[in-house]
Amino acid sequence: MIRLERRPAPSRAWAWATPLLAVLATMVAGGLLFAFLGKDPLLVIRTIFWDPILGEFAFYYRGQLLVKAGPLILIAIGLSLGFRAGVWNIGAEGQYIMGAICGAAVGLAFYPLDARWLIFPMMVLAGGLGGCLWAMIPGILRTRFNTNEILVSLLLVYVAEQILAWMALGPLRSPDGAGFPGSRNLRHYDAAANHELIAGSGMHWGVVAAFIAVILGHVLLSRHILGFNIRLAGASPRAARFAGVNPGFLVLTCLGVSGALAGFAGFFEVAGPAGQINIDFNVGYGFTAIIVAFLGRLHPVGILLAGFLMALTYIGGEAAQATLGVPAAAIQAFQGMLLFFLLALDVTTNYRVRIDVRARA
Amino acid sequence: MRLTRSGERSMLRVEERPYTRKLGENMTKIVLLAAAAAMSLGLPAFGGSHGDGPVKAGFVYVGPIGDGGWTYEHHQGLLAVEEHFGDKVETVYQESVPEGADAERAMTQMALQGADIIFTTSFGYMDPTINVAANFPDVKFEHATGYKRADNVSTYSARFYEGRAVQGHIAGKMTKTNKIGYIASYPIPEVIRGINSAYIHAKKANPDVEMSVIWVYTWFDPPKEADAAKALIDNGVDVVLQHTDSTAPQAAAAEAGVISFGQASDMSEYAPLPRVSSIIDNWAPYYIARVQAVMDGTWESVDTWDGIGPGMVEIGEITDAVPADVKAEAEALRDAIGSGEYHAFTGPLNKQDGSPWLAEGETADDGTLVGMNFYVEGITGEIPN
Repeated sequence: MIRLERRPAPSRAWAWATPLLAVLATMVAGGLLFAFLGKDPLLVIRTIFWDPILGEFAFYYRGQLLVKAGPLILIAIGLSLGFRAGVWNIGAEGQYIMGAICGAAVGLAFYPLDARWLIFPMMVLAGGLGGCLWAMIPGILRTRFNTNEILVSLLLVYVAEQILAWMALGPLRSPDGAGFPGSRNLRHYDAAANHELIAGSGMHWGVVAAFIAVILGHVLLSRHILGFNIRLAGASPRAARFAGVNPGFLVLTCLGVSGALAGFAGFFEVAGPAGQINIDFNVGYGFTAIIVAFLGRLHPVGILLAGFLMALTYIGGEAAQATLGVPAAAIQAFQGMLLFFLLALDVTTNYRVRIDVRARA
Repeated sequence: MRLTRSGERSMLRVEERPYTRKLGENMTKIVLLAAAAAMSLGLPAFGGSHGDGPVKAGFVYVGPIGDGGWTYEHHQGLLAVEEHFGDKVETVYQESVPEGADAERAMTQMALQGADIIFTTSFGYMDPTINVAANFPDVKFEHATGYKRADNVSTYSARFYEGRAVQGHIAGKMTKTNKIGYIASYPIPEVIRGINSAYIHAKKANPDVEMSVIWVYTWFDPPKEADAAKALIDNGVDVVLQHTDSTAPQAAAAEAGVISFGQASDMSEYAPLPRVSSIIDNWAPYYIARVQAVMDGTWESVDTWDGIGPGMVEIGEITDAVPADVKAEAEALRDAIGSGEYHAFTGPLNKQDGSPWLAEGETADDGTLVGMNFYVEGITGEIPN
């Protein structure tokens, strides 16, 4: 009989080993899945994990990894602060949308003025502010009326999507668009565009912001009293209260910071890779970032790595679709396996697996 | 014209785990090194590799292929290309590609891997198509339902409004309550053309007809579409037209015992009632012709807007639930539009506010139709903004 025995303290070694084991287990189980679909499993796994980094067209994919990982990391860093403190912001997708709308609206308001030194920084600020204020709604509702921020922040995603559709069809619709929805393309407006810093590298200001967020997140958590309070509140809310941590302040800070980072991510995306506000602007970065945050153990460096891993499965998965004809659903199942194995293997961090040979009398 | 979303939303909760700081610091170094290495590698200029082998055709889809609807019909076009050319052609496709940066990547990927012609099958791929096409001057791009072209970018779309005329006629004749309903997706010209065309021909067939329009802001959302159909039926509508992709309105119509029309795909599983006819998107002839043009070296940038005549818009079989005389009229209307003898927007027609649009016998020009943003006289309600 297999028995789980709680460890006196969570195992550090296992905490770091499980993500790697989860990746390996995903490769094995995913390989089986691909084999059943009649594809060469080794070839598919190579296409997903190897080709984007070192394959023939890696010069293109490496940049795309940055484009894809940037917003995931930026959002996940913000979310991880809250998750550590027990503040569950599930609505980063909505904050991402609102950041994009606010940032783009500021830029479009100045069109066609050519003053990048003024317009671009204002757009960045507006993006962060938009996301931050949108996250303040569940924050204030929780601190004032004790509502559940999980539900409120999640439901506000759908409100944000409706606002996005309204903006694309109404106030922000391009006057030159012949009646079609969608704003002007910010990439064609140099004062507002978030261009690649080095052409073809994939590196844009949003990726830079993500790297900065990783560093600041790390410093905050390891060196700053706020980071200590966040960790304390997550580990033991009662102890945190005795230590003088103001729970309301902590809730608002965590939601505000995660909202602002999601807002920045939304803005950098709309002014860069996406280019325009449109009905389907959001593609789920805010939700995927939740996975990235946990995959990275809520640790800034872990999140950085997890963001790239997630980006790799997306980009490699697309390559496998386009070159090997693997169905999109199989790729999604493959990504799901990664999370599944991670959660399943996580048991080993807190528990020892004991195998009893003695049968019960 | 597609503005579909896809994407599964997932939620999860996991308990926090401790971490090892030392290991973390080492990883920081590794990652920074890796990032630096990635950036220091210069990026060679883009260029697709084209050999003498088969012509490679790529297709970018906005949704899953599924078993009916917009993407399904484009995929039928791909299959027709394969069947027509056999091993002279190689096809690749990618499903559920979000519009924006992901679309650019999908197209770039296909071009890098030697695609000679790439069909991008959603309106939202317009700017990405233009951007990627600029990087690959030797690759031909075909963008569905857009209006931006380049030397290596063509656009193509179908005159679905011609099919709407036939549906409108049948609807006008078949309604007993004199109320017909229209499930509309987004307030964009393509949808507005369909509404106007259906209304004009319903009104011609039955001067007492009234039409209600419900906007659902989606191309595919079965519960939403079902709710819209039920709301229309509750208001006395007994003929439901839809400009959305799912069969949910068909199911709602079947339950209520009213009439409906298939959209994008034939939806013949709901025939003979409630589905009495349908509009079928048939991209196969166009796709075959364009791939042939690449093979022959005769491809050039064009703007194609085909209707019933060339077969891009097909009218699905009109079932026996429709009286024989109405069926004959509808088929005559279809043939007249197909032969070019009759235009679905022929004057006299006024705009909704009563201002004159087309004089007696005058037909609408394509420019007005492409950007159509007004209702014709008689339709109640406003186009949402």
